[in-house]
Amino acid sequence: MTEALLQVDDLRVSFDSEDGVVHAVDGISYAVDTGKTLGIVGESGSGKSVSSLTTLGLTRGPRAKIEGRMMFNGRDLLTLPDEDLRKVRGDDIAMIFQDPLSALHPFYKVGVQLIEAMQSHRSISKSAAHTRAAEMLELVGIPDPKRRVDQYPHEFSGGMRQRAMIAMALSNEPKLLIADEPTTALDVTVQAQILALLQDLQDRLGMAIIIITHDLGVVAEIADDIAVMYAGRIVERGTTEEIFHSPQHPYTWGLLSSIPRLDNPRDEELVPISGRPPSLINRPSGCHFHPRCPYARDAHKRVDPPLEAVNGGTHLAACLLEGTVRTRIWDGIRTGRDLESLKRLAATSAQPVVEGDAATAPESEGTQPEPGEGSLVESEQPAREHSTETPFMGPEEMP
Amino acid sequence: MARYIVRRILWGILLLVLVSALTFLIFDVFPSANPAQLRAGRNASPAIIHHITVELGLNHSLPVQFWDYMKGIFLHFNFGYSYYSQQSVLSLIVNRLPATLSLTVGAVVLWVLAGIPVGIISAIKRGSFLDRAAMGVALTFVSMPVFWLALILLYFFASDIGKFPILPGANTYVGLTSDPGKWFTSLILPWLVLAATQAAIYSRLLRGNLLEVMGEDYIRTARAKGLPERRVIWRHGVRSAITPVVTVLGLDIGGLLGGAVLTETVFEIHGIGLLNYDAILHSDFPIVQGTTLLAAMFIIVANIVVDIGYAYLDPRVKYS
Repeated sequence: MTEALLQVDDLRVSFDSEDGVVHAVDGISYAVDTGKTLGIVGESGSGKSVSSLTTLGLTRGPRAKIEGRMMFNGRDLLTLPDEDLRKVRGDDIAMIFQDPLSALHPFYKVGVQLIEAMQSHRSISKSAAHTRAAEMLELVGIPDPKRRVDQYPHEFSGGMRQRAMIAMALSNEPKLLIADEPTTALDVTVQAQILALLQDLQDRLGMAIIIITHDLGVVAEIADDIAVMYAGRIVERGTTEEIFHSPQHPYTWGLLSSIPRLDNPRDEELVPISGRPPSLINRPSGCHFHPRCPYARDAHKRVDPPLEAVNGGTHLAACLLEGTVRTRIWDGIRTGRDLESLKRLAATSAQPVVEGDAATAPESEGTQPEPGEGSLVESEQPAREHSTETPFMGPEEMP
Repeated sequence: MARYIVRRILWGILLLVLVSALTFLIFDVFPSANPAQLRAGRNASPAIIHHITVELGLNHSLPVQFWDYMKGIFLHFNFGYSYYSQQSVLSLIVNRLPATLSLTVGAVVLWVLAGIPVGIISAIKRGSFLDRAAMGVALTFVSMPVFWLALILLYFFASDIGKFPILPGANTYVGLTSDPGKWFTSLILPWLVLAATQAAIYSRLLRGNLLEVMGEDYIRTARAKGLPERRVIWRHGVRSAITPVVTVLGLDIGGLLGGAVLTETVFEIHGIGLLNYDAILHSDFPIVQGTTLLAAMFIIVANIVVDIGYAYLDPRVKYS
């Protein structure tokens, strides 16, 4: 594999709000290759949607501060002028959204909306575009496409609308399709159909897919790689195989334990992740997950974990527990050991060394990482905090 | 659709009958001068007053009067005669309608041309100086009573009494057919007065609608498709945001055609509004009844037109 289709490096997106700076995305890196699928998983407010909207420049605005690099086809999408980025949108990179009813304009026929998408990037006659619109509807499995193409969105069922959205997104043969919670608003049976459709279309058209979801079950079906996001960061990244068979982060464990599985005993209860997603304005100190982590140790409140390779491979995780301890805890979770004994197990993990030790526990974000452990992400944090105060933002500004 | 329209029209006619009945009742219940006495003059003998009372049909009971009135309308399309001039109410209204029509059409054109662009620009440039200035001006216009603004404009610009006598003032209106130039200049001030408040209301309404629409998911989709921002705003944003404005516009036009009483009175434009105003002052019941029916009819028709138009503007709306 040579160069990835989309290579994101240390992406940071923050927004000025009346309550303070919202750190929606805080230094994430990932890559997607042609023909592959990346799943980005996380709760609401984990920054997963913001990161993908940023790919299309849809988070640009006077209150947004966007940093990092986002290389697509040899061009950095973050520094691309608005007009150039507009030409990428819907052409090389297309996107579909969660609620297909509200995502289609209620006043225009489905065909008209597809034609509009084509004509904004190609010089194609209206009749040719109309024919192609019907072909696209057929491609995504809408029956009687010649009639359907002249209907309004409200005459479509939910699943049909999402198919129409997919048809619209694919009408310009994009190299990358971003699907933001594409199945969340649909019935379970329809969900499976839409996922199968996406996979089938990928096999036929060869585009890369980024699928954003809160549901690990969804990405298990179709993703090659998975990035788990929490509080604006990637806390674990690996192949789907790695994430499902040897998950390393307690948050990932939580996500996995909250999916119902057919091979689990019927009376086994699903385990929710306790607590609420953190505020992205005042994030928890140290490891952002520590307030909700049952295995957090004292020092974890002060040390921010870097995203590090597990066993020197491509599997990455940002957790302060020792690798061996993590493996044993996950084994324990799988075999149904009780939480208390798992917590005792976590307590055997060596604590990370804190500079200046526990003399003064600083407020959130004030934490200095231990020099040896300072990750890319963390070592830049003080500098970034500073820079959020500068109002200048060149290319991000709206015209 | 045809069935729907017929049904709506039949309901409209019933509503008009009810409006008439209510007007009859109000005139009967509330104290007003005896029309017969007014008509007879100051020193009329009781015999003459009695004679006139019988002549006007005022000696009958209220239901009988109402029945006679309805019979006149439905059988002969006769809306009665003025207590004073003896002229037919219908011919009076037909004579006065062009003035009201002129006033309404010009004002509507003016406020649409002003209010809609201002609303769109304010929404797109939300929070900018332009937006704040426009909305400040709009608030000022909304807060000004029509008659007050009219008097102020006359005070400054009327050719007879104004400080800067540049435009024809009150009582200068002439019909379009008799002198188009004079017709136009005489209506400039009334148009401005009528349009000012409405333009302000429309710009604020459209601004609010558009701001809401621009936050919709389908706007994000339009941007994600790579449409130029101009197209996103016009074809996707304004198209949605304007629909409720069109509804309000229909109803406003209907309302104004029934007579812009304040504007017509201040500028002494002899339209429906002034006709009604004078008739109320003189307890000239047949005219009040006629103008009330006319106003009610315009509003009912406007409602039907707006509802039918909505089905064209919003494909989700279907009537059957």
